[in-house]
Amino acid sequence: MTTGTAGRITAKMRLGDRVFSTSTIVAGSIILAVLAAVAIFLIAKSIPAITAKPGTLPNAAPNFWVYVGPLVFGTVWAAAIAMIFAVPISIGVALFISHYAPRRIAQVLGYVVDLLAAVPSVVFGLWGVLVLAPALTPFYYWLNANVQWIPLFGGVVDAQGKTVLTVAIVLAVMVLPIMTAICREIFLQAPRLHEEAALALGATRWEMIKMAVLPFARPGIVSAAMLGLGRALGETMAVAIILSPAIVISFMVVTSQNPNTIAGNIALQFAEASGVGLSSLVASGLILFVITFVVNAIARYVVGRRKAFSGAN
Amino acid sequence: MSFSRLGSIAVVAVAASIILSSCASNEAPAKVDSSSKPTVTYSGTLNGIGSSAQGAAETAWAAGFQSANSGATINYNPAGSGAGRTAFIAGSADFAGSDAALNPTELAAKSPKCAATSSQLDLPVYISPIAIAFNLPGVKTLKLDAPTIAGIFKGSITKWDDAAIKSQNSGVTLPSTAIAVVHRADDSGTTQNFTDYLSQNAPTVWTAPAAQTFPYKIGDAATGTPGVAAAVKAATGTIAYIDDSGATGMTVAQLKVGDAYSTISAAGAADVVAKSPLAANRAANDLAIAIDRKNTDAKAWPLVLVSYMIVCQQYSDAATGKLVTGYATYAASSDGQAAASKQAGSAPLASDLAAKVAKVIATIK
Repeated sequence: MTTGTAGRITAKMRLGDRVFSTSTIVAGSIILAVLAAVAIFLIAKSIPAITAKPGTLPNAAPNFWVYVGPLVFGTVWAAAIAMIFAVPISIGVALFISHYAPRRIAQVLGYVVDLLAAVPSVVFGLWGVLVLAPALTPFYYWLNANVQWIPLFGGVVDAQGKTVLTVAIVLAVMVLPIMTAICREIFLQAPRLHEEAALALGATRWEMIKMAVLPFARPGIVSAAMLGLGRALGETMAVAIILSPAIVISFMVVTSQNPNTIAGNIALQFAEASGVGLSSLVASGLILFVITFVVNAIARYVVGRRKAFSGAN
Repeated sequence: MSFSRLGSIAVVAVAASIILSSCASNEAPAKVDSSSKPTVTYSGTLNGIGSSAQGAAETAWAAGFQSANSGATINYNPAGSGAGRTAFIAGSADFAGSDAALNPTELAAKSPKCAATSSQLDLPVYISPIAIAFNLPGVKTLKLDAPTIAGIFKGSITKWDDAAIKSQNSGVTLPSTAIAVVHRADDSGTTQNFTDYLSQNAPTVWTAPAAQTFPYKIGDAATGTPGVAAAVKAATGTIAYIDDSGATGMTVAQLKVGDAYSTISAAGAADVVAKSPLAANRAANDLAIAIDRKNTDAKAWPLVLVSYMIVCQQYSDAATGKLVTGYATYAASSDGQAAASKQAGSAPLASDLAAKVAKVIATIK
């Protein structure tokens, strides 16, 4: 074995190599630069709102945190309800495609679910307010009349159904394709030896999935859920079109006084905003940026714990 | 060269020629009879941003002005009054459309489009009455006064057969259904003018100050004028305040003005604006109006929105100043106001206010 002088041995670099490596470095730096620019813009434009004197903020809020509190609550609340609907359904659809359906049906179903991801969010908003909300209103009246002991369904029902529950259902439909696609890929990668071993030992189909597939797929499911949550937190046009908002922190999901989400609030108020009002919108955007950043960091941590098995690799 | 190589070059050439040929300049406009037109024709491009309430009117004015002056192009982006004022002060627009006049902070910030010593002016060019629309099957006319409207929109009057409403509508059978209030979810000049009217005429009931955001937690919040119209039409027992241009086909209420009830009318709205004083502490040619909501003339309609065209007194570029003068003159002229009224349902400026505006426009350089 020969070693040269004390320097590292580097590969021979031709012009093509140099160009390629430089362009990849530039591409990576551009992404970092854009992210830094967005963060700097958000922080710089938010300062007038965060340091605003009482009486200058919109909604007569005494300080910025009182202004943004209901918005943060509304964002997290609508996204949480949407995830409660979307996660079980997407796991179910993905399991059906990967383990239960015949080959042909699985392919068609996978294609149709991916097609759902191509529908623009404005179209979802219009569908929600013109079709879904009127269709759900009798159901809301029924819930309000019969299940009022659960505080979620109390209050005066909104005659047009433009409530947080409708928005959550539409958000669930919007995040379903992403989560189903990732879960489907994860389930298909479950080790076949484990599956066949479980079946050989006498497990039923469902027991085999419970023993061999789901434990293997858990970090992947979590990362898919976090991706869907990120989309649900930031969804703008569907919320702005469907929701009947008010400045309130309320757990009632069928009334007309619903907490607005940060993104929906920006979409509604931006056109007429100026001065401190505009700053407060940008500052609420900064809070949303931080929330999404935290959600993604948690996702990467959970996925990183069992790196070898996640679909991210 | 191989055939495939030749073929790909040919495809690129054909595609390029098709794309480039579609970039031809617009057809020349139809011949205009030049004998009855003024001798000055304007040319150049103007960019305006602002109020979406003015949007339809600006389209009518741009069309009229461009057909009379073939070399001129007027672009108006209805991105909202706030966005318009911000863009004007930043210098990215030659003029702005706004439902609110410039406030003192904005007046102090000088637009780079204006000359160093120039002031910024608000010219009222668009007047729109605001209607109280309702959906109550079997009821065609409804008489309401300001305290009753304030009670309804605040939530203290909850049923249609409430004593306050019944006492003013003796011949009408009112059902005992609940009142479903519809208001704007987004900030808007319509809400600002509506709340201003109520806080001036029913101060004991409507205690919240005038604002662009609807202040009380009641009823359904709809987005934009079309959203409010759809919400009123979709359910019975609804009531809303809405720009008159969006209230086509809906039943509207009469308002108590002074001692009599008046019906919504363009003339009534223009009358209120014409009789209102100018806002105080403004530059000499600034025509910002402090609308007198307590006007008690017969047939007046004090529930009105005034939208302004914000311009410089003197532009740093003389050609822009000339073009703005020409466009603003057309917008404020009787032809322009009639065109806007037809397209957008606005109220034409009353003649003495129009004369005042024309006089100020003539001083723009």
